[in-house]
Parts: sequence; structure tokens; C-alpha cells
Amino acid sequence: MTPRTTTRLLRIATFAACLVPLASLVADALTGGLGANPIEAGMNRLGWWTLFFLTAALVPTPLHELLGWKWPVRLRRMLGLFAFAYATTHFCWYVGLDKFFDVHDIAADVAKRRFQAVGFVAYLTLWPLALTSTAAAVRRLGFPRWKRIHRLAYVAAMLGVIHFVWRVKADLREPGLFAVALATLLLARVAIWSSRRRAGARRALPAP
Amino acid sequence: MPRWRGDLKEADATPEALWRSRREFLKLGAAGAIGAVLAPAIARARDEPTGPVLEAARRQDLAGGEAPTPWQDITSYNNFYELGTDKDDPKRNAGSLVTRPWTLRVDGEVKRPLTLDHDQLARTFPLEERIYRMRCVEAWSMVIPWVGFPLADLVRRVEPTSRAKFVAFTTLLDRQRLPGQNRPVLDWPYVEALRIDEATHPLAMLAVGLYGRALPPQNGAPIRLVVPWKYGFKGAKSIVRIAFVEQQPQTTWNAMAPHEYGFYANVNPEVDHPRWSQAKERRIGEFFRRKTLPFNGYADQVASLYSGMDLRKGY
Repeated sequence: MTPRTTTRLLRIATFAACLVPLASLVADALTGGLGANPIEAGMNRLGWWTLFFLTAALVPTPLHELLGWKWPVRLRRMLGLFAFAYATTHFCWYVGLDKFFDVHDIAADVAKRRFQAVGFVAYLTLWPLALTSTAAAVRRLGFPRWKRIHRLAYVAAMLGVIHFVWRVKADLREPGLFAVALATLLLARVAIWSSRRRAGARRALPAP
Repeated sequence: MPRWRGDLKEADATPEALWRSRREFLKLGAAGAIGAVLAPAIARARDEPTGPVLEAARRQDLAGGEAPTPWQDITSYNNFYELGTDKDDPKRNAGSLVTRPWTLRVDGEVKRPLTLDHDQLARTFPLEERIYRMRCVEAWSMVIPWVGFPLADLVRRVEPTSRAKFVAFTTLLDRQRLPGQNRPVLDWPYVEALRIDEATHPLAMLAVGLYGRALPPQNGAPIRLVVPWKYGFKGAKSIVRIAFVEQQPQTTWNAMAPHEYGFYANVNPEVDHPRWSQAKERRIGEFFRRKTLPFNGYADQVASLYSGMDLRKGY
């Protein structure tokens, strides 16, 4: 198999895998598998998977930098776009099913309550990322600028974790797991960045 | 170059009748597949009430004639953190909560302390069925046909002294039977409390059953508190002790987040939970949210208990 075929197969497999949570949500919704409060259960599930894909999209870069693995980087954009797709479904579920387009209630939620506000801001943060996800956008913006914009992914993930923490009443285990994963990924980035700075400084020293 | 010559004759083509039937077959198959997915949703066999039958001498509909929420929903969507923090955990872990033997101790500032074992819980006071609305602090609600007895009956029996100002309800503390207590999610054991005049209000009740059957573990077997004008978390489950005390007890959710869960926790559409509105609620089984009623619709009966109180502060 040529490397191109491998990458293609990997992408197809990942694409299919990313659709599984959505498919299982649809199947459960049709068969009563969402339980007594399906609107709440579906919204929670979509939120959980949004955070999952948001975190997953942050994994390829440190893997590449630390271990030299290239193949995860080829999946990064897809993971990010799936995070956006699940976030959009989550948001539409909230607006259309949970609140049934009650603009007044939604505005009150976002304006008065930090839990909804932070979720809303997290979702807005994903828009520039999704809109500049194409190769053309990278060319237009120039790679350094594009990279800077896409560090917003960390902000979005952090806001998402805060949204989850503020959602639960007492049991912080699940949002805690996401927080730990995110902190680990951030630490890895900081470690890479500082070791590179040190290496750069050493190289910059005048030869003895 | 030899020209290509078709060697298929008219007779080799699939006869129309056959391909038509194949098309029908495929349609049938597709319909079957869709049916297989949809059928359970449509013809979903609902769990019917199970468990020992309880005889109630009296029946009262105190939910305005609304149809009770199905047994399956009441017993599969529970907040009982001692059996897990997800809504479907308590039913899944119900098996660990063995309720025999059980001892309920009623003591404190009373003249005649009382101890009831499992079978006495449902035999000491005349049982009645009462259909109440149940409003959770999470903005969902149900209509539940409880079986039990007025808390006032028990209060009268033990003869509280003049020092009894509050009544505290304590849930069983047992990490085997309530495995959720292995994690410090809340400060176990769960404690809830009422002011003595709330406890003697005719609507306050101790429930031992549901839909004419003994309470399933996930709903707080073998005995739980039901206070229909307050948020659901006031209804302590699987109670082992009822203590009459002079000082206002520190209750569990109030200790966890005092600004979110007040001691009184009366259903109040005017006072929002800091993280969500309390103005509306979703009745389980309904799509549209409906307006939440003050005191969960029991204002006529209970509002006088709080006359002179600022319910924004005493939430």
C-alpha cells in the first residue's frame, strides 16, 4: 500500500468512527434508548462528544512534536471539524429542542448565567477555527498567522471544560477527566516550546 | 479488428416479472429494516409496576387529575447519588440496596421514641395513596402516585417535646449497600430536615410505595420523605433515622452549595437557581416546558406556613 492510500484509508476510517456517536444517538432516540428525559440526555451526550473531539483534535500536534508521528496530524483537521459539527448539533439541540426557539429564555440564560454564557462563548470561539480550516485559508492568512488563530482551540476546549464543570451539581469526575487531559496537552505544548527556546538560545551563543 | 458482437439474446434478459419482484423484495427489505429500527420506539413494551402489593385504604388525587408519569420513567430516571450520579445509575445499581433487615429509629426531643423494623414501616400507620406533583430542582417534574402515611401521624405518635423545633431525616450510611458513598461526592450520610410545622403539615408524607407496590430501591426503599411543595432533593431516601432537634440541622445540599440549595427549597418560579431558570419545567413525557407554579401548585395549602418570611432570602 502506498502511503497515500494508507492516509486515505485512515481518513475514511476516522470519518466513519467520528459518525458513530451521532448514529448511536439517532438510534437511541428512535428506540427510546435516551430514557425518560430524552431531550436532556441527547443534549448531554452531544456536549460530551463535542468536548471529546475538541480534546482529540489537540492530541496530534504534541504527538508529532514529541514522537515525530506524522499520521495523527493528517487527522487533526477532521477531528476539529467534527468537534465543530457536534458543537453545532449540541447548540441547535439546546435552541430547538430544549428551549424550542424561545428567544427570550435563551437570551436570559446567556445573559444571566455564567454556565450558559461560557458555553455560548466556547461555541463562538469555534467559528473562526472552522471558517479558516481550509488549505486556501492557510495560504491566504500565511502559516504563522493561521497557527496563532488556531491556538484558539485551546481556549475553546478550556471554556468547554468550564461549561461542563459548571453544569454538574456535585460529581466532578467526568469534567475532571477532561480537565486533566487538557492540562496534560497544554503542559506538553509548554514543555516543547520552552525546550525549543533553550535550544535556540544555546545555538545563538557565540562560539567559544 | 474483430467487431464486438453481442451474444446476449432477448431471452437472456431477466424476465420482467422477476426483476419487478426483486424490486418489491428490496422495498420490503428496506421497509423491514426501517421497521426494525422504529418498531421498538412505537411498540416499546413499558415496564409495568412490580414488587409486593401494598393495600391503601384511601386514595387522593392531589395533582389536579393529571395522568401519573409511567412507572418505567419514575423508576429509571432518579437522583439518588448513593446509587450513582447518572440518572440511570440508581436503577442499574438497585440490587446492592438490600432493605432487609432495616431499622428506622425515631428519637431526639420526643417523649416516646420509636423503632420500626422493615415490616412495621408499612403496618404501623394506615396507608393511603396520594398522587402528587414532584418538581426537581433541575427543572423537570413528574406526577407520582405514592403510597405511604402522613408524616404528622408519626410525629403525633412520638410526642415531641417543646424543644423540638426541627425534624432531621438521615439516609442509611453503608458503603456496601449504597456504593455511591465510596466516593466523596456529597458529605455522607445524606441529611434533610423540615421545620416542625412543615413536618406536621398534612401534605408532608412518608412514602413506602409507588403505584401500589413497595418502593423500588432506586426510589428510596424502604421509606422516604415526600414534601410535594418543595424541590425533590428535600425528600430524603432510604431513611434510618428521624430525629427531633432544637437547632436547624445542616442539610446536605445546603452544605454543598448554600447559595444554590436553600434550607427551605420551596418550589418558587421567582427565585432562579444560579445556573438555570426555575420559571419553567419539563414534565417528563412532554416536549414543551410548562410554567412552574409557586409551591409546586400547593400554595393554597402551604403558603401560610411562610407568612412574614421573605422567600427570596429564605429560599
